[in-house]
Amino acid sequence: MQNIKNNMQKNTKIKKPIDGRTQGGESWLYSEEVKEHFFNPRNFMRHGEEETFKFNGMGRAGSPACGDEMVIWIQVDKKTDPSSAKATEGEERIKDVRWRTFGCGSAIASTSALSEMLIEDGGLAIDDALKIKPQDIIERLGSLPDRKVHCSVLGDKAFQAAANDYFRNTGQHDRVIIAGSKVIDKELKITDKNIEEAVLEGVSNLEELQKKLKIEKINKDSIPEIEELIKFYNEKYFD
Amino acid sequence: MLKIPKKKKEIYFDHAATTYIDKKVLKIMEPYLKEEYGNPSSLYNKGRVTKRAITDSKKTIASLLHALPENIIFTSGGTESDNLAIFGITKAHQNSGKHIITTTIEHHAVSEPIEQLKKQGFEITYLKVNKEGIVNVKELVKAIRPDTVLISIMHANNEIGSIQPIEEIGREILKFRKKNQTNFPYFHTDACQSAGYLDLDVEKMHVDLLTLNGGKIYGPKGIGILYLRRGVKIEPIMFGGDQEKKLRPGTENVPAIVGLAHAFELVQKNSEKEKIRLERLSKYLWKEVEKNIPKVQLNGPEIGSKDRLPNNVNIVFLDIEGEALILYLDEYGIMCSTGSACTSSSLKPSHVLLAIGLPYEYAHGSLRFSLGHCNSKSDIDYIIKHLPKIVEQLREMSPVNLGVKKHAKYKK
Repeated sequence: MQNIKNNMQKNTKIKKPIDGRTQGGESWLYSEEVKEHFFNPRNFMRHGEEETFKFNGMGRAGSPACGDEMVIWIQVDKKTDPSSAKATEGEERIKDVRWRTFGCGSAIASTSALSEMLIEDGGLAIDDALKIKPQDIIERLGSLPDRKVHCSVLGDKAFQAAANDYFRNTGQHDRVIIAGSKVIDKELKITDKNIEEAVLEGVSNLEELQKKLKIEKINKDSIPEIEELIKFYNEKYFD
Repeated sequence: MLKIPKKKKEIYFDHAATTYIDKKVLKIMEPYLKEEYGNPSSLYNKGRVTKRAITDSKKTIASLLHALPENIIFTSGGTESDNLAIFGITKAHQNSGKHIITTTIEHHAVSEPIEQLKKQGFEITYLKVNKEGIVNVKELVKAIRPDTVLISIMHANNEIGSIQPIEEIGREILKFRKKNQTNFPYFHTDACQSAGYLDLDVEKMHVDLLTLNGGKIYGPKGIGILYLRRGVKIEPIMFGGDQEKKLRPGTENVPAIVGLAHAFELVQKNSEKEKIRLERLSKYLWKEVEKNIPKVQLNGPEIGSKDRLPNNVNIVFLDIEGEALILYLDEYGIMCSTGSACTSSSLKPSHVLLAIGLPYEYAHGSLRFSLGHCNSKSDIDYIIKHLPKIVEQLREMSPVNLGVKKHAKYKK
């Protein structure tokens, strides 16, 4: 956790985010930090590297149908690294990481930034790394245009999946974290899991979902995402 | 990583979004931006000069549309013309019926007003399009009901360039009216995208209302027209002075009106030549992309066919996302647009690409190049020099490999 805090301090000089679409368009769509990560992505899995890169955890989040998908490979060192001053006994540090992302500029930049956070200063302990929230990644990037946040920062979820994969690979089943669901509508507390379950029970459109979940009126802003997920899960399970 | 070039060219491939103003058009507008500032409603000479400029502009536009000058209403642009057509007709004739027919690929300037009417109790039939983005006339005929008051179908699509069989649809509507002894349904078309390339003869098209605007035909922005057939009644959506027979009140935007008329005249005069030139360039662009980049797909009708605008090339680049592509291209000075959801406020990619049957993951990776006056073969050579590397770079970063293994799906 210390590392994350250090990184946050490093980024206090960050310029305000720029969204060209809302502010006269005189500058780039994203902050300089996002741009830097987008054009010079760190630690991504290059072609052919899959065969040689050693990893003991791999996780995936999102799907191309939803517009963003990322895969993270991690190599966790089970032993304490003596070179890292902050290491305590028994900590498992992330020694190396690779990723691939399908998505827009902010999706690519946010995965790249996360990969840096995971391995710098000798690597984060896996338990600390699991505490990284999308907000931490955004902060490191000097923030993102609002409408980009919910859709493109999936890196923490992909990492959580990779960590779970590592726990399973190393027989630590008790440490596997059941994936938290993503809240789609805050007021009605509709999550992606609710929608997935509803689709498995035969729901194929918004009206049927409302019936199923016994909701009168869905918040207008949540509808596109809900419809998108209904379509996505229908394609996933029934196409 | 890719090196961003030091010497950046500026290449504009987004003419369907908007065009720059033609120098000749600007020159004609200039006096009305400077010394001829009179209000056309004023009785003294300065007012009469601008009044005459409006009258002359209407004559120019009307003759190109094969219409009468009094059929032309000036508005603030394509969106206002579409709104005036849709709300104007439905407000004036709602006692005759509350059914509207439109398509699934309309521009938002048409689909959103219709969406509003749906909330007010109108019934809407959305005609599906085939995979090339064209409506089926037989299905349209089947959809017409005694209470259908309005049919609104775009002339050419802004995203994939597909051209609708407006003349044939118009003839079928006439047949329906004759058979049923009725004036309904009225027929509106949005011709903003086609005005620079296709013949807009309202008599041949059999349309009652037609939208076009200045900002897509090398004219000024903020000006549009609605053609309204004689005898067709609409209600205004704005209220104020007596201008435009009270159907569109407000002091006329004289410089823009003069500019629009001249721009329309110029593009129509040169349309045949320009069509051939742009079609050749479009074909070249697609041929080179297909040759140099694997896993690409053309959206919409075949380039060079009569069903497609000559300047539109819409391509899916599999496994990568459109906004990321645009951001890279921007670094090379290349400007185009995408149907990816990332450019909209919702998660949904382009409704047009979905309507022609593209899966979501394809629609997210689309680019639209719309060519125009300033483009030449060397622009396309410049794109082809850089685009393959950009695509390759983004594909290397992408975990998606469509068509090879469907890892995103967990089918039972």
